[in-house]
Amino acid sequence: MSKVFSVEPPALSPQGDSDRSRRWRRVRRIVALPIAALALAGCTVPTFGASPGATTSSRSTYHLWQGFSIGAVIVGGFTTLLILWAVFKYRRKSDRIPKQSQYHIPLEMTYTIVPVIIVLGLFAATMVVENKEVANPKTNVTINVNAFQWGWKFTYPGQNVVVVGQTTQDPVMVMPVNTNVHINLTSSDVIHGFYVHAFNFSRYALPGVLNQFTLRAVNTGTFDGQCTQLCGLYHSLMVFRVKVVSQSEYAAWLTSNASVSAALAAQAATKQQTSSNVPTRSTKSEGNN
Amino acid sequence: MTDVLDPPIATEHDDHDHEEHHGPTGILKWMTSTDHKVIGMSYTVTAVIMMVIGGALAEVIRAQLTTSNNSLVSFAQYNELFTMHGSVMIYLFVGPFAFGALANIIVPIQIGAPDMAFPRLNALSYWLYLTGSITMLSGFFVAGGAANFGWVAYAPLSNSINTPGAGADLWIGGLLLTGFSAIFTGVNLCATIFYLRAPGMTMFRMPIFTWNLLITAILILLAFPVLTAGLIMLYCDRHFGTHIFSVQGGGVPVLWQHIFWFWGHPEVYILALPFFGMVTEIIAVFSRKPVFGYKGMVFATLSIGALSLGVWAHHMFTTGVVLLPFFSIMSLLIAVPTGIKMFNWIGTMWRGEVWFSTAMLMAVGFLITFLIGGLTGIYLASPPLDFFTHDTYFVVAHFHSIVMALVLGAMGGLYYWGPKITGYLLNETIGKVQFWFLFIGTQVFTLPMYLLGLRGMPRRVATYALHPGWQFLNQVSTVGAILIGISTVAFMVNIVYSWKKYPAGDNPWDAHTLEWFTTSPPPHHNFYRLPQIRSERPTWDYNHPGHTAAEHGHHHEHQGEHHDEVPVA
Repeated sequence: MSKVFSVEPPALSPQGDSDRSRRWRRVRRIVALPIAALALAGCTVPTFGASPGATTSSRSTYHLWQGFSIGAVIVGGFTTLLILWAVFKYRRKSDRIPKQSQYHIPLEMTYTIVPVIIVLGLFAATMVVENKEVANPKTNVTINVNAFQWGWKFTYPGQNVVVVGQTTQDPVMVMPVNTNVHINLTSSDVIHGFYVHAFNFSRYALPGVLNQFTLRAVNTGTFDGQCTQLCGLYHSLMVFRVKVVSQSEYAAWLTSNASVSAALAAQAATKQQTSSNVPTRSTKSEGNN
Repeated sequence: MTDVLDPPIATEHDDHDHEEHHGPTGILKWMTSTDHKVIGMSYTVTAVIMMVIGGALAEVIRAQLTTSNNSLVSFAQYNELFTMHGSVMIYLFVGPFAFGALANIIVPIQIGAPDMAFPRLNALSYWLYLTGSITMLSGFFVAGGAANFGWVAYAPLSNSINTPGAGADLWIGGLLLTGFSAIFTGVNLCATIFYLRAPGMTMFRMPIFTWNLLITAILILLAFPVLTAGLIMLYCDRHFGTHIFSVQGGGVPVLWQHIFWFWGHPEVYILALPFFGMVTEIIAVFSRKPVFGYKGMVFATLSIGALSLGVWAHHMFTTGVVLLPFFSIMSLLIAVPTGIKMFNWIGTMWRGEVWFSTAMLMAVGFLITFLIGGLTGIYLASPPLDFFTHDTYFVVAHFHSIVMALVLGAMGGLYYWGPKITGYLLNETIGKVQFWFLFIGTQVFTLPMYLLGLRGMPRRVATYALHPGWQFLNQVSTVGAILIGISTVAFMVNIVYSWKKYPAGDNPWDAHTLEWFTTSPPPHHNFYRLPQIRSERPTWDYNHPGHTAAEHGHHHEHQGEHHDEVPVA
């Protein structure tokens, strides 16, 4: 989470802290039950077009997605049935003037109160997932992600490793599995969007703002990432990859890249300044792997 | 039968204005008129032309996205295309159509007024709108092309370093002009509705369409000046060396987003509420029933207006610099009054006698499409789900469901009120063909985009690499866009085919409100006579004296009383 929004409900102030956290625990328990049930029944609940993803928070987001979708299908289905019933049942058949009824207070109260309850339920579920997602657990692995027109720079502080690549050079961010990875996200010029589909997650890279969040991958593999916020001419080509590897592979990768990365960064930086042609997808560089 | 019950009441114009108004005709009339109906007609025609221009841009966008790695247009052209598509549709079509076109024509007549409160200001609004539109579109003809930073113009992409061209300045200038046009229309609508209602037309006897336009006008007055101020700041940043939105000079880029969305989210309702109003009128008239839960609906609209001012940062969840829970709950809460409206519409049809004219079909099409767009909007109010879908095609699909629902509403409004404005009906068969192309086209166009977003396709990309399923879904969406294009052609064909063919008469739909009491088209200053106004349906009450609206549970007792209450002058 960003510096500016670091105030989370449980850690707000010393007094009232226990009260608040107790209330939160209670809310969490109430809301977590159906979500946990959903998670257990993961294979039977439809995906509604989403996927569980490769991080812990992508999974809780996915379950929240399923919960919202179940609500949407029920509410939407019910409302559609009402519309279709009215459309087919009350087609004009005669010149009759129907009863001019205009108010039905109990009915009106029902369709006001029920949506309020649904909305509060959705909000509670949202808060449970959100608080998990914006939590900043302690970690030893930090990656500084810097977005620029039109590429990405991944710096591993203290490791002397820098990965940088623009547009179709497909820079790869390597991170260890089952580890909390702290991301410091910045931008050098305009606003960019750090988006990894398999993580069900995106965050703006803002000039002048340090955005921080934690990723904890639970699957190894290589995942597509892309800039999602319009950032100028080659926005469409501002792609990258995230490679989640085992912790030992990660350590090996760090040592083998520590020496070459400095030269590589310099080379890419020169390219960034001089390149003015449209980069094509065929000029892929494997150098960062 | 009506003669005995309810003789016409003389209005002030009876004394001097019974004959036709004499004035310039033809193009001179159009150029010089301050008559709200002529200005409204100019607005309507201009807005529909903008819809066609914006739609043509959309078709090129869809053509480019039909195959992966397509190169029909360049990256630079693509950025101009979607920027101008969004800008034309939002700033130059939907908005002006919502509060400038039909509102201008119908609102004064619905409340029994001879014109808008400030007729010359009204004319100024139109001319500012037209000049603003031409200014913005002229960007296509300058070096460097039209604006290309998206219709939201996020700083610092919109500064003079990243977007140096004159197209961007023309975009800002055009938007300033149309913004002032909107503010003046807002002033005019407020003054008209507060001060020019006919005797007997109390606030709670105003038709829902007029109510919605009043709330729209208030939102315009609250939101548009903020945008105007923001645009001036942006222009100063670009040309006068200020650093309001640039980090280098100590400015804050996110401030632009706050300003833009503080206008931008009320704007969503500024666009939507007038169409909600149109659909409400249409559903009530073609179901032959009063609006179900009229007062509840008014309060729902008021609370939508109030809540809409406190939800802007849900567009900024992924910036990481806004308080998530507050904007989440406010955004979720908007679903409640919107849901109330949905049930009001269904309740109005319930146990009615629903006549499926083209206008009513469009209204039902609106209900379904708006339901889809509304439900998918609820996901976006939840920050974790917004992190997941933000800036992907899911969002694009969501707001296209909403806006296409508004287009269905707009078409319904044109079929419903067109006969009142022109005196002639449109052909119903062609109208129904148009409806089915528009309705099916909309779903074929938007539903694949939801899936594309869930599969990770970002918005505003000119090309996409070969991802499984992306190309096929894009092709389906393109087919939908073509169907929508065909529906627009059908609409044009209908206008030409039906030209002065089917005289409408004063009240072809057996409608409820005052505009159907006067002639089609209405005379200069609108009325020779007015009926008694004792409910929000004066024309219906006049034509069906035994069928006034019933209170809950008191239907039979009240019906007779009302009958006697009508005074005989």
